[in-house]
Amino acid sequence: MSSVREEGKDTIIFVTKEDHETPSSAELVDEDPNDPYEERGLILPSGEINWNCPCLGGMASGPCGTEFKDAFSCFHYSKEEVKGSDCLEQFRTMQECLQRYPELYPQEEETSSSQTSQDFASAEPSGLNSTAASEQDPDTTLPSTESSAES
Amino acid sequence: MLKCRTVWKKLAPLARASSTVCRQNVRRAGLTNGRIPIRVPTAHMSTGPAGGGGDNLKYALLVGLAGIGGLTYAVKTLRGDQKRYEERIAEIESRPHKATKGPVTDVQTAAPAAEASETDAVPEPELEAAPSPEEPSPPAENAAPDAEAVAHDAEAAPSSKTTEPPPADEPVVEASPEEAAAPAAVPVVEEVDSTPASAKVPSHAPYLLIGGGTASFAAARSIRARDPGAKVLIVTDEPDLPYMRPPLSKELWFSDDPSVTETLRFKQWNGKERSIYFQPPSFYIKPEDFDSAENGGVAVLTCRKVVHMDVRGNKVKLDDNIEISYDKCLVATGGIPRNLQVIERAGEEVKKRTTLFRKIEDFKSLEKVSRNINSITIIGGGFLGSELACALGRRSTESGLEVIQMFPEKGNMGKVLPEYLSNWTTEKVKREGVKVITESLVKSVTYKDDKLEIHLKDGRLVKTDHIVAAVGLEPNIDLAKSAGLEVDSDFGGYRVNAELQARSNIWVAGDAACFYDIRLGRRRVEHHDHAVVSGRLAGENMTGANKPYWHQSMFWSDLGPDVGYEAIGIVDSSLPTVGVFAKATAKDTPKAATEQSGTGIRSESETEDTATSPVASATPPPVVEHKDDYGKGVIFYLRDKVVVGIILWNVFNRMPIARKIIKDGEEHADLNEVAKLFNIHED
Repeated sequence: MSSVREEGKDTIIFVTKEDHETPSSAELVDEDPNDPYEERGLILPSGEINWNCPCLGGMASGPCGTEFKDAFSCFHYSKEEVKGSDCLEQFRTMQECLQRYPELYPQEEETSSSQTSQDFASAEPSGLNSTAASEQDPDTTLPSTESSAES
Repeated sequence: MLKCRTVWKKLAPLARASSTVCRQNVRRAGLTNGRIPIRVPTAHMSTGPAGGGGDNLKYALLVGLAGIGGLTYAVKTLRGDQKRYEERIAEIESRPHKATKGPVTDVQTAAPAAEASETDAVPEPELEAAPSPEEPSPPAENAAPDAEAVAHDAEAAPSSKTTEPPPADEPVVEASPEEAAAPAAVPVVEEVDSTPASAKVPSHAPYLLIGGGTASFAAARSIRARDPGAKVLIVTDEPDLPYMRPPLSKELWFSDDPSVTETLRFKQWNGKERSIYFQPPSFYIKPEDFDSAENGGVAVLTCRKVVHMDVRGNKVKLDDNIEISYDKCLVATGGIPRNLQVIERAGEEVKKRTTLFRKIEDFKSLEKVSRNINSITIIGGGFLGSELACALGRRSTESGLEVIQMFPEKGNMGKVLPEYLSNWTTEKVKREGVKVITESLVKSVTYKDDKLEIHLKDGRLVKTDHIVAAVGLEPNIDLAKSAGLEVDSDFGGYRVNAELQARSNIWVAGDAACFYDIRLGRRRVEHHDHAVVSGRLAGENMTGANKPYWHQSMFWSDLGPDVGYEAIGIVDSSLPTVGVFAKATAKDTPKAATEQSGTGIRSESETEDTATSPVASATPPPVVEHKDDYGKGVIFYLRDKVVVGIILWNVFNRMPIARKIIKDGEEHADLNEVAKLFNIHED
């Protein structure tokens, strides 16, 4: 059973697991999916890409930012059956750029752009982490958004 | 003219005094002679002749004496004032260049433009470069900005032309011809030196970020993400590229690598290593390439300080007198560590054995010092002080270093944690090898026999070799005056609105920003995640977003491997709190949390692994043994019955729920029910 103690203005409650088993009666305010103030995930309500999403790491802001944006935009709006297959040119340009900065973008063994586009495909639905895990490493530690976990 | 008035003032009372004395003498004479009106025929007096006469005499004497006393006092005061005034004038006159500046600048405004650019440049840096705001004659101060405006209007030449003698050469000149000659000679030399330097510095930055810390970097990133091809220039007075501060008082101390002070890399609990620098040098573009960069980029100007901001002209001036104009500007100047007054006054020997901890260089020097001494004392019981104490306390087990921590509160984090928790934390800190002296106020510090002696107000004496003062941060508002930015008197820092804007085209973020939080009210926050969140927001607003501060930032602290917490909102121990606790199992430690998520920076672990839905797990945790063991739980801070702050005590990856509760701003009748949302018994 829970115990309650007062120490001046501070209340201290000890609870067992059983005490907290019943669902909470606390009410939370409904989330507005179109709240303009809220932090957004990778894809904005309008369907556009949120380049400022912390989940992208520094990809959109670094020296290869423009190439990355071109490639990812092309992929995002691609209507092909194999999504992104019409974007090989952009991916190749991006890859070339990434290779120029090995310190920033440590390369895996494979360098094929098709692999990279596959990574993009997996990134989009989850909307959480960006593609190659290596991108996380040299990156900053900006907090990601929680909207994908919340609501 | 003033002299005359004072003389008159002096004379007047004397005149009055003498006249009164005269009158009194007359009166006394009258008394003895019996000719004064008091001694009227008894028929007109209410009292009897003898009694009336005696009383009147005493009365007259009293009045007389009082009058003389009063007048003597008045004369003395006036004389004293006169003396002080004369001393003051003498002092002011002994600063000849200030006195002559008035006429010099007046002359210069009339002079032709070309000449004006050179000669009036002299009062300019002197006014700005002078470290202490001396009392300049008002005409000088008013004339200088006008002269400056004239010079800038007339002159279209690059800013290198107006290079002046650096402050070191500040001529203490009496005559104006000498002054005119000096700048004429010196700029020639200066121009030769400065031309190569000025060639490297861009003259215009579409986005100018003042300060090279966390907020600035976050803004740079945000701008680059939103404005394709943006050119962002960061100006910092440090020699380092932007880096993160939390590891300087935590992870870097736990590193096994002996070269950690050089590499500045730290190993996170999961073994993944990273540098404290946000990005390696190749991320940035060189200042020389700034103008020509096709796709833009972020350039960092190190070791340069912005000393003046011209808001009307949309430009800033650096300490080497180079000017940079901007379209949008962010002020992210952070702050400098506060020092104790008693140490400031204590003399060189004490001061050189005192560390004010904030930057990389402070970490390097403290790390070195801590290896070569026997005893170190940390003054301050807040985040930084306690973290450093624990970090050094860890070392004490290997090196035998005595680590002492002292502060005025009753326990560690006394201003943040409720008393019972603060006491509990203090015990943990002690177990990290720290000698904690609570409720101690430092009276004085002396250097004796190669030791520092700290005298406490209650009489205790602590002998140590080195002091670290962690007593707060003074927000850096140096630019407020020149830029005309408002400074907040309650919280310090630049006052900005909910969108972090100070004035058109100027935003402020990070430690230096006193902003309006729509939910929690006006505040100023000195935490890493806030610097990130506010920097990002400022960057967004600089690129046209117009969003207010809404996403509440969080903070965290680890005091050793067993005690860690994350917090959000207003966490002030003076507020009433409600704490809901369960017993901690071995799984609930900061170490475990980061091991799971694979990151060292707690704000990052939020994204990696958020809590699963509250479903009871199959294996129940061990039974609660000691009721007063605050192993893990959640503490709510209330203001007018609304939760304004939450601490997650040894409970991790629940920050989104905490953020939601604060955002809602609702009154909850039973906080135990709210606590259920956190699922504290789970991992």
